[in-house]
Amino acid sequence: MTRTARTAALCVASVTMAAAVAGCGSSGGSSSSAPGVTKTSVTIGSHQPLTGPAAPGYSEIAPAAKAFFTYLNAQGGVNGRKINYVYKDDGYNPTNTVNVVRQLVLQRHVFAIFNGLGTPTHTKVVPFLTAEKVPDLFVASGCPCWDDGAGQPETFGWQPSYQIEGKLLGAYLKANFAGKKIGVFYQDDDFGQGGLTGLKEEVGSQVVSAQPYQPGGTNVAPQITAIQKSGAEVLVDFTIPAYTALGQLTSFKLGYKPQLVVSNVGIDPTTVGGLLKEFSKGKAGTALIEGAISDIYLPSTTDASNPWIALFKKIHDQYDAKAPFDGNVEYGMAAAYTFAQALKAAGKNPTRQSLVDAVEKGGFTGPGLVPFRFSGKQHGGYSGVQIAKLTNGAIVPVGVPQVTDPGTGPIKPYTTKQPAPGDNGVVKG
Amino acid sequence: MRRPVLPRQTLVRHLLLAAGFAAVLYVVTLLLSPFDNLRLASMAYYFVALAGLTLLTGLNGQISLGHGALMAVGAYTAAILISRDGWALLPALAAATVVTAAAGVLVGVVAARLRGPYLAGATLALAVGLPGLSDKYPHAFGGENGLTVNPPIPPSWLGADFPLERWEAWIACAAGLVTFVVLAGLARGRIGRSLRAVRDDEVAAQLSGLDVARTQILAFVVSAACAGLAGGAFVAVTQIAAPGAFQLALSLSLLTGIVLGGLGSLWGALWGAVALVLLPVWSDNLAHSLSLSTDVQANLPLAVYGIVLIAAILAAPAGIQGAVHRLACLVKARAVSNPNEEGA
Repeated sequence: MTRTARTAALCVASVTMAAAVAGCGSSGGSSSSAPGVTKTSVTIGSHQPLTGPAAPGYSEIAPAAKAFFTYLNAQGGVNGRKINYVYKDDGYNPTNTVNVVRQLVLQRHVFAIFNGLGTPTHTKVVPFLTAEKVPDLFVASGCPCWDDGAGQPETFGWQPSYQIEGKLLGAYLKANFAGKKIGVFYQDDDFGQGGLTGLKEEVGSQVVSAQPYQPGGTNVAPQITAIQKSGAEVLVDFTIPAYTALGQLTSFKLGYKPQLVVSNVGIDPTTVGGLLKEFSKGKAGTALIEGAISDIYLPSTTDASNPWIALFKKIHDQYDAKAPFDGNVEYGMAAAYTFAQALKAAGKNPTRQSLVDAVEKGGFTGPGLVPFRFSGKQHGGYSGVQIAKLTNGAIVPVGVPQVTDPGTGPIKPYTTKQPAPGDNGVVKG
Repeated sequence: MRRPVLPRQTLVRHLLLAAGFAAVLYVVTLLLSPFDNLRLASMAYYFVALAGLTLLTGLNGQISLGHGALMAVGAYTAAILISRDGWALLPALAAATVVTAAAGVLVGVVAARLRGPYLAGATLALAVGLPGLSDKYPHAFGGENGLTVNPPIPPSWLGADFPLERWEAWIACAAGLVTFVVLAGLARGRIGRSLRAVRDDEVAAQLSGLDVARTQILAFVVSAACAGLAGGAFVAVTQIAAPGAFQLALSLSLLTGIVLGGLGSLWGALWGAVALVLLPVWSDNLAHSLSLSTDVQANLPLAVYGIVLIAAILAAPAGIQGAVHRLACLVKARAVSNPNEEGA
């Protein structure tokens, strides 16, 4: 073959390859009113830690939400459309989050991102979702950073902000552990720092030591030792379940027995108990977190008399029976319920804008113990929590739910009665 | 005698080839959907890293299990300069290349004293250890959270609606073309001959007057510079530099890429880059169609890498490029043996 022929072959090869690659690309783009919406379905997407350091416990959330949607679809869906929920594993690794969310938006053309999990992960995709004007509903994280209606008009939180949680936990400590020294063990990101800020709002002078950890490592002895040395009588954890367990095991080994306080995300007894058992090769269990003070914003999963728990348990047994019925499952279903409410409120022919408008209008009531803070400017989730105590392995509420804001606003009790779910759990507007 | 199609001067020929590639890539990026443009961009930055690694391993015979870490050096350099110091993308990419090349000098000096498994071990330590620095100094490097930069904004003369993904693909492809021109020139010239001479027989190379250690360090520096540029381009495309992106698995997959594509040739690096982007997609689809459990699904891509690598070594030890070359030779041989079939 001559040089000319070889060059020609090369050109042909590259052009053919180009055409082949181009061929794969031209399939996208359905010509409906809104991306991801057809006459019979709405496709939404999410990134979830199905593997990696945050997987224990949290990997149950998305399947539970999906179970709720499956149940809802069997009842006819929302405004005649079935919800198709596509969630992808990001391993709690921000780089993967960027990839999977771009894939969901650009390739799967999802209508909205729903319940994307994690602070370090989700913060990396908010600029992209804002630029693409994709509704970003009910991020599964209490980072105060979602609450920015002006800068991130598409993004909405769902659970109470960690700052609100920290503040209400701090107020409880101020009233019940006055003058005691407090040590704080926290995740070194917006999650832990937000909680610490809120806590210091109330009991700043009592905090004697605050020790951060990076998710990924497994040795937390330096931090726990430092807190023990500071003489703290109360230990407040702003931790994900794996680090609640690691922290407690380390405390146990050091013979350190402070009053434990853990914010909501790090206390689910089934998850943390399982991890304690796993990490200690069966030697420890929920006993190590018994008596811990925490907070809740959804009814306790062991409260069988609550109609929401009854509904979620029914759906769980039917569609998600493999998972234990714990706080994570309840979380997924409750968030899915709120999404269905928002989608219903977005109208018969929902658009991305009408969905965002519907959430800003707010007024959703459901399984939550407290109301949401949604408005045009405020995009934060639940406005408060109820203090709870881990008693005999179950979360038992203490006192009444309280609401506040992430700043210096007053703390007020919230006593409005929780509404019951509609017949068969069909979403009420 | 027939005049060759492309001019004989190496630089001119490679520039013309690069212009040809640029034209093809231009058309391709216009046709592709945004998401496929992103995939193209990933192929381009992988190509940059693989081209550098293939020069080191293929031409110079030094192994590196630490190229993922060198990519991290480039990525963090670019991310810090862009997000903290407000640098423009182009100087930040240049700085990423230079800083990583400097890191390459350090690694190269060590590498020139080590052989075979010891070199592999030393570079492996780099791959494992370096991402940990981010956790050690969270205030400088953002810890596990990493650093985020704003997306590169397409220049206004391209129009307000110019898709971001196409711009990202252009940036990464431009890095790929620059790498191609530089490395193709190096490989064909005196330096390329020195690299090969040292690879084939160090004693013979020394007897011919080559400074073996210096040649090996040079190979590491060029290779590291490429990894740095690749890391910078990675930041431009994904807007994030976080330790999770530069784990040991990245270093191993880079090595897989050059072996799979065909060691020592830039075409091989290109095939390797395509494979690195498409293999996980295929294995993901496979896992989904088999509806495997999540634990299996998450680990399948690694298993697929391993199986494909073993299969490639057994079936096509010279990689995809080797197989393509052999096929071309076969066709040529047949064409020669049957001269009547076509007027070649």
